[in-house]
Amino acid sequence: MRWKWMLPTVYICFLLLPIYWLLNMSLKTNAEILSTFSFWPQHLTLDNYRVIFTDPSWYSGYINSMIYVSLNVIISVSCALPAAYAFSRYSFVGDKHLFFWLLTNRMAPPAVFALPFFQLYSSIGLFDTHIAVALAHCLFNIPLSVWILEGFMSGVPREVDETAFIDGYYWPHFFVKIFMPNIASGIGVTAFFCFMFSWVELLLARTLTAVNAKPIAAIMTRTVSASGLDWGVLAAAGMLTILPGALVIWFVRNHIAKGFALGRV
Amino acid sequence: MIEKQVNQKAWFMVLPVFLVVAFSAIIPLMTVVNYSVQDTFGNNQFFWVGMDWFRDLLHSERFHDAFFRQVSFSAIILCIEIPLGIVIALAMPRKGWGVPVCLITMALPLLIPWNVVGTIWQIFARVDIGLLGHTLAALGVDYNYTQDPVAAWITIIIMDIWHWTSLVVLLCYAGLCSIPDAYYQAAKIDGASRLSVFRYIQLPKMQRVLLIAILLRFMDSFMIYTEPFVITGGGPGNSTTFMSIDLVKMAIGQFDLGPAAAMSLIYFLVILLLCWVFFTVMSNIGEERSKGGA
Repeated sequence: MRWKWMLPTVYICFLLLPIYWLLNMSLKTNAEILSTFSFWPQHLTLDNYRVIFTDPSWYSGYINSMIYVSLNVIISVSCALPAAYAFSRYSFVGDKHLFFWLLTNRMAPPAVFALPFFQLYSSIGLFDTHIAVALAHCLFNIPLSVWILEGFMSGVPREVDETAFIDGYYWPHFFVKIFMPNIASGIGVTAFFCFMFSWVELLLARTLTAVNAKPIAAIMTRTVSASGLDWGVLAAAGMLTILPGALVIWFVRNHIAKGFALGRV
Repeated sequence: MIEKQVNQKAWFMVLPVFLVVAFSAIIPLMTVVNYSVQDTFGNNQFFWVGMDWFRDLLHSERFHDAFFRQVSFSAIILCIEIPLGIVIALAMPRKGWGVPVCLITMALPLLIPWNVVGTIWQIFARVDIGLLGHTLAALGVDYNYTQDPVAAWITIIIMDIWHWTSLVVLLCYAGLCSIPDAYYQAAKIDGASRLSVFRYIQLPKMQRVLLIAILLRFMDSFMIYTEPFVITGGGPGNSTTFMSIDLVKMAIGQFDLGPAAAMSLIYFLVILLLCWVFFTVMSNIGEERSKGGA
């Protein structure tokens, strides 16, 4: 039992080692990366980061990603809230089938949808816009939101609703004023998951964008295929994509364990 | 379980979700179905071929290979990540400063964009510049993931363990935290061994979250695309061409709409079927156990 802490420690080292290596690479010049092998940068340089912050084709990628991720979080959570309430409180014709059908969309491989999405959004003139990517990501984020929120809402006792209705609240008023504060942490966790899955997805985001809404992840793959790999800049870009995730984790750190269980412990 | 109130007006609350998901699920899916039964000579001229694409595909070597690789990959991933996740969750601290440190560092890989995960491992495993590749080469191990299929597989599996085991850990940890202290005290009084505490208290309490973990890990490993695409591009040869990679190659690379659409449908149906089986089996086990325990 005394050695119990060893296992998580070893695991955390295993997790951090590749990330450290990326940080190490991002602080070296390209010449140093290719010529010498060292565990820390011999000539510390921030040039790689400067390239990203000064070149619009790089930093616009971060802005594009942020825009469609935020749009997606807003759409997913606001659509899912009333639906999750309906699933957790009422039974209606086809509710179970609808719930399973929603979940099947979370299971759908994005590769299946890449081409039809491309054609659909091209034909309605939304190709290469932020809203197209945000809507496409709703495919798997809305079912997930409904699922998580339903778990949290079922944990709120039904008496809360009944008391409010007896007190003469109308449903929308009750929902915003009384019910939403009750599941505030659930909403936070849901937003976190929507952010997470929209932020990490590449295939659909890349297929649906060309220039104006190109996400940072797609810009990075383009650099990989270009001649003369610039490892330093690539590593710096990678480090910068880790930052938003780390920030978001920091905000939800108190709910993270329960959140990952999707309110279903 | 309290009976839910019957209220057909609840459909109005579900309507926005239904419309958005229907727009982004049913229309594309219908397009796929449409393509899967037709052939084209370009110029938007289509003609009916019926089930031909499905027949061709189900008899093609290429599809069998990709399917086999995909199933073995998911099986290996589940066999390693689930037990490993449980063991780490059991060893994690329950209070003190270690808790936030563990939770935050473990959640970190989950929020890295998938292609960046690929890039990280590419940089980490390369023989010339990577820590892992360089160390192995210095130890005299013949390791080169761009040429050796076995090395490529091992790299991708280790990468997936790095990327996703945390999800299992966090889920199990949440399950373990929900066990009241009284259970452990009772077990202590009864003189239960460490193993039987795990078998009769911790495992049943983790069952719900384990179900979610297995389901999510199975689904996501079965759809894996970005990470192997970045690291190996499906190579060397075709040794790491999983179903999604093959599908995207066919649909967007070669623009073979018919076969790609047929493959999409089979792929989707396989996932649905397996998930449904998983779900039913696991929830049946849960019901039986709760009946037996009561």
